[in-house]
Amino acid sequence: MAAISRDDVAHLAKLARIEMTPAELDHMASELEQILGAVKRVQEVATSDIAPTSHPLSMSNVFRDDVVKPSLTNEEALSGAPAKADERFKVPQILGEE
Amino acid sequence: MTNIHSTAADMASALAAKEISSIELTKQHLDRIASVDGKINAFLHIDNAGALEQAEAIDKKRASGEKLSPLAGVPIAVKDILAQKGIPTTAGSKILEGWRPPYDSTVVAKLKAAGVVILGKTNMDEFAMGSSTENSAYGTTQNPWDLTRTPGGSSGGSAAAVAAFEAPLAIGTDTGGSIRQPAALTGIVGVKPTYGAVSRYGVVAYSSSLDQVGPFARTVLDTALLHEAIAGHDERDSTSINAPVPQVVTAAKRLDVKGMKIGVIKELSGSGFQAGVSARIAESIELLVAAGAEIVEVSCPNFEYALAAYYLIAPSEASSNLARFDSMRYGLRVGDDGSRGAEEVMSATREAGFGKEVKRRIILGTYALSSGYYDAYYGSAQKVRTLVKQDFDNAFAKADVLISPVTPTTAFKIGEKSDDPVAMYLSDIATIPVNMAGIGGMSLPVGLADEDGLPVGLQIMAPVMQDDRFYRVGGTLEAALLSKWGQPILSKAPDLAVQK
Repeated sequence: MAAISRDDVAHLAKLARIEMTPAELDHMASELEQILGAVKRVQEVATSDIAPTSHPLSMSNVFRDDVVKPSLTNEEALSGAPAKADERFKVPQILGEE
Repeated sequence: MTNIHSTAADMASALAAKEISSIELTKQHLDRIASVDGKINAFLHIDNAGALEQAEAIDKKRASGEKLSPLAGVPIAVKDILAQKGIPTTAGSKILEGWRPPYDSTVVAKLKAAGVVILGKTNMDEFAMGSSTENSAYGTTQNPWDLTRTPGGSSGGSAAAVAAFEAPLAIGTDTGGSIRQPAALTGIVGVKPTYGAVSRYGVVAYSSSLDQVGPFARTVLDTALLHEAIAGHDERDSTSINAPVPQVVTAAKRLDVKGMKIGVIKELSGSGFQAGVSARIAESIELLVAAGAEIVEVSCPNFEYALAAYYLIAPSEASSNLARFDSMRYGLRVGDDGSRGAEEVMSATREAGFGKEVKRRIILGTYALSSGYYDAYYGSAQKVRTLVKQDFDNAFAKADVLISPVTPTTAFKIGEKSDDPVAMYLSDIATIPVNMAGIGGMSLPVGLADEDGLPVGLQIMAPVMQDDRFYRVGGTLEAALLSKWGQPILSKAPDLAVQK
């Protein structure tokens, strides 16, 4: 596996929406390389004949009756909002970015 | 005389007999917290008024002759990862500082309905990512046995609170060992129930296919009483198991292991484990044999890959789960000065609000899931998960329960591993396979290591939804150890009043 560069980490940080300083990017690149070096051992035994397990329980499509029940009021739902206006979440500009 | 050193079961009996009121018992614990928590930092939030109000309500109900739950009026500490309506819930992170949830998690709702008095919220590694509480944004919790050492993590605050007699009971969560490891390092009992046995609704998600809520207490019976109070199906958690809760209280009282087959996992013994840890485990095995159990050796050859698989699966799921902290609906928002767009504000907020380990795991998870690397990392880790499950299936074909040490060493020094993530990850080597397979496990204190006088934990594991089995074995061994020692393990802990 190729070495993890600062540019690789910068790309990952952008995907994960975390701003990072150049010093943080350098530090993270070396740590990531160390951790990946330790965890790539999984490849030693993960042969093509083994089915993957994504979850300990084999449940799927768990449904319940569609019944209206009491839920949060508008005020409660907005109680932790960093900004609000007209009974809605107020967010920074979303459109118009590159 | 009922006091903070009593068991929860004895507190419950004394309350039922009206020998003590819940108000008195709650005040005793709040006083204890006020006098010792400055030294151990187990609590992030202490709800004095709320606890006393709850205690008073229980006392009134009892006075009026109302039928109450077994633990009604007994105090508890709750890990700060479970939402409690109106009470600060941070998950140990700056990004949630000041957030007061508008609703209760199912576990908190069950505790309230059972009349269990919630004293406050306990410290933890940020978003449960860590094994020492050193990753908390609000300072490290100290181990009551030695204030220079960590209590383990991530549920270190809950474990320390119980070990320091600040609460007889506590709630934790366990994704890779976060209940069992701190229980082992502080000399108390901790249980990670079968995955799906306890609702995750209202629990801040770290790695959803691994996270499980569970109980801490100072005795096996107390742990079982709390287990039964919080377990059960919940339609608000789609991964909740819809089946009766195993009879863990009955199992804890059984005190008999005659004819049970106990499997010792070959790969989780010997080199790599501190001598004093291995000695206490060997002694426990002798006591179990004397109690009529049969010991068989089992082999789990793929466990050596479990740690590596865990540190791909958990960060991958975390990178997705933590995307919700986007500064839009709750929590911190940084840099919203009108000139920046949502994406910039989001990135600035996550930079400011997340700690080092959380960023590390988000970036690692983002990498493991990115195209071109998915099969090599996340895909391979999922295959290892299959192999670990197969190892358990084979082992449980030969044994009713499996045992191992909980941790390779006793409690380590604060700062000892904080700059070396891979060394820190190794402290979960024996606990992670249990989460990977979704089975349940208990950490039982089995004595002190000769070389450092610190507690050692034995891990007892059982197949899915057979949690009663480790309560049966744990209760039996606890009784044998108590008759050998003459007094509970925590009576050997140094007095917090004289520790500096």
